[in-house]
Amino acid sequence: MNSLTKNAAAGGGAGPEVDPRLLVAEPGLRGLVQTAGARLRAGELGSLPVIVGLIVIWTVFQTQNSNFLTANNLTNLSLQMAATGTIAVGVFMILLLGEIDLSVGWVSGLAASVMAVLEVKHGWNPILAIVAAIVVGAVIGAFQGSVFAVFGVPSFVVTLAGFIAWQGVQLKVLGTDGSINLPTNAITKLTSTFFTAATGWAVVIVIVIVYVLAQLVELRSRVAAGLRPRPPAEIGVRTATIAIALVVAVWVLNRDRGLPLALVIFGGLVFILDLITRRTAYGRHVYALGGNVEATRRAGINVRFMRITVFMIGSSLAAVGGVLAASRGTAVTQSSGGSDTLLNAIAAAVIGGTSLFGGRGRAWSALLGILVIQSISNGMDLLGLDQSIKFIITGAVLLASVLLDAVARRGRQAAGRG
Amino acid sequence: MTEPVLSLRNISKRFGAVQALSGVDLDVPAGEVLALVGDNGAGKSTLVKTISGVGPPSGGHIRFDGREVHIGRPQDAVALGIATVYQDLSLCDNLDVVNNLFLGREPRPAWGRALHVLDEIEMERRSVELLSTLSVRIPSVRIPVASLSGGQRQSVAIARSLLGDPKVVILDEPTAALGVAQTAQVLDLIVRLKERGLAVLVISHNLADVFAVCDRVVVLRLGRNSGSFDVAAASQEEVVAAITGADTVLSGAGRAGRRAGLPATAGEIGEAGLPGGSGGAADAGDRGHQPEREPDPSRAAGPPDAPGSEGPGSEGPSPKETSL
Repeated sequence: MNSLTKNAAAGGGAGPEVDPRLLVAEPGLRGLVQTAGARLRAGELGSLPVIVGLIVIWTVFQTQNSNFLTANNLTNLSLQMAATGTIAVGVFMILLLGEIDLSVGWVSGLAASVMAVLEVKHGWNPILAIVAAIVVGAVIGAFQGSVFAVFGVPSFVVTLAGFIAWQGVQLKVLGTDGSINLPTNAITKLTSTFFTAATGWAVVIVIVIVYVLAQLVELRSRVAAGLRPRPPAEIGVRTATIAIALVVAVWVLNRDRGLPLALVIFGGLVFILDLITRRTAYGRHVYALGGNVEATRRAGINVRFMRITVFMIGSSLAAVGGVLAASRGTAVTQSSGGSDTLLNAIAAAVIGGTSLFGGRGRAWSALLGILVIQSISNGMDLLGLDQSIKFIITGAVLLASVLLDAVARRGRQAAGRG
Repeated sequence: MTEPVLSLRNISKRFGAVQALSGVDLDVPAGEVLALVGDNGAGKSTLVKTISGVGPPSGGHIRFDGREVHIGRPQDAVALGIATVYQDLSLCDNLDVVNNLFLGREPRPAWGRALHVLDEIEMERRSVELLSTLSVRIPSVRIPVASLSGGQRQSVAIARSLLGDPKVVILDEPTAALGVAQTAQVLDLIVRLKERGLAVLVISHNLADVFAVCDRVVVLRLGRNSGSFDVAAASQEEVVAAITGADTVLSGAGRAGRRAGLPATAGEIGEAGLPGGSGGAADAGDRGHQPEREPDPSRAAGPPDAPGSEGPGSEGPSPKETSL
């Protein structure tokens, strides 16, 4: 009882921000480096595995084939990334819930098939055909999400059934021909349009200015609300990193054909998903579900609605990815969306830092992850490796990324970061 | 004593053949901490579920703020202003303290209401404010809940229940599985809730905690009221006696008192093992080895636990006869 009253007295005027146990980083760059080191040790790997992985992969392929790091090949790489990368963004959303969607590959193929059939065989307007493809994705997502959310069938099983069934539907939709070639029109232009150098630079400048403004607005409102603002050094480092990455990317792309529309679409989708997941109540509830379903339910959140809509987003993005893949290949075949599409999409999300265990990750991880995956795939194509070797390596990379996630998770638990 | 905020009369609850609660009365006054104690299966959780709307009662009356109310769903309880903090903390480990506090009731800035945009700054400002008024000490409101200690987590869970501006806060085993310092932290917080004028109902197995912060103790035994004590005037032994139903606490009572809630004799263990509420007239017969013991049902004839009946031994066997 004595200690109680003493505590009460001591705690009287003390706010939560003056806890002596909290290690406050030193101001400036040095503090930033120290904080980053502590985070890594605690299993908060962030983007580090991606950056290390990229450096290793690019070095290896460049030494094997000097065409790898050319503007032309890197532009191709960016075009190849867009399709699977978009699917990976959808997978990221589903992984946030702590669930999995194994059907995204064939859903992308089926959506592309529907689009191709409507456009080529039924003469639909290409834009309407694209919309129809996305609707197909949304409906499939609603169906699979409902079976999971309403009946409690594990998402693994529901989407494994989808993995088989949608492939069958795709064969049915494509009919006896088995493949449909797309004429040159709005659909194929999605991946064959390039912006001029000036437009590319304008995009870079706008993004950097908007980013800096957003940071400054946040800084001001935090100070106004009496909260500790983000250290200026950190804002500086972040802005510089983003600006340098964008400048280098646009410079390289401009040396070839310019900034591709497909990359802008993909980047835009990542940006929108990032806003949804980090800045809206909906996104916060997705993270909450990935952390503790029961707690989320008790907080009065409609778990069923959340689950169904997230699966709809996942499948819709898979459909968009399918459209981009069809656009780039200018055809839809029986194997569209098959092969390693699914594996690459999941591997991209996980390599980027999205946890398979739910509630952890950023939308940008899909972009960084697909950069790694597509670099490997592109490099192996350049080297002319056999399909058998490519499958083995892709599988090994996926396993390695999941292993990294599991090990990092143990580090986080040991450091008390869940 | 003022009119209680929450008042239960003659509450009963049946689960098939088991009468889990029969004729239970309970008054929770504002600005007081009321402890609800009892052995396993005494009906504590069942009673709390009738209040929180998780398991509505089969019979009886609930009055809240002087009005007769029906609590059929958890939302009804929340709407009335009854917040329940469950034993298995309802927190998301991966989210930070701010997001846990506001989960499901995030404030949204006027410009982003339609898009459900989060007002992070407002959330953080209010979190800091709330936690400092409660003197909850945590390293930062922006660290994941997973890195907090058990006591800090419990404090966050309790603080979270206050955001809905409740009048009654029910805490289910708030100090279970906590260390000494963490328990002190949570008990501190309970005192602070009381100072804010809230009615606090604490379910606990730990009589030391109960005596440290509660004003009154209500004992349930086998689904019935088994005593109501003013903490200032009662001893732990008296409460233990009411919990176990022993009118004579045998020689081991002192120890039993410290190990709150443990049955004092072998006979009691046998009875405690029975399903809650089944201890009716049938039990009376086979208690030959405890001649002094008055069977439970006779209690019903005694005066019920009137609200405000304070002091020990308001019924049945007098704990004053305790031989130590």
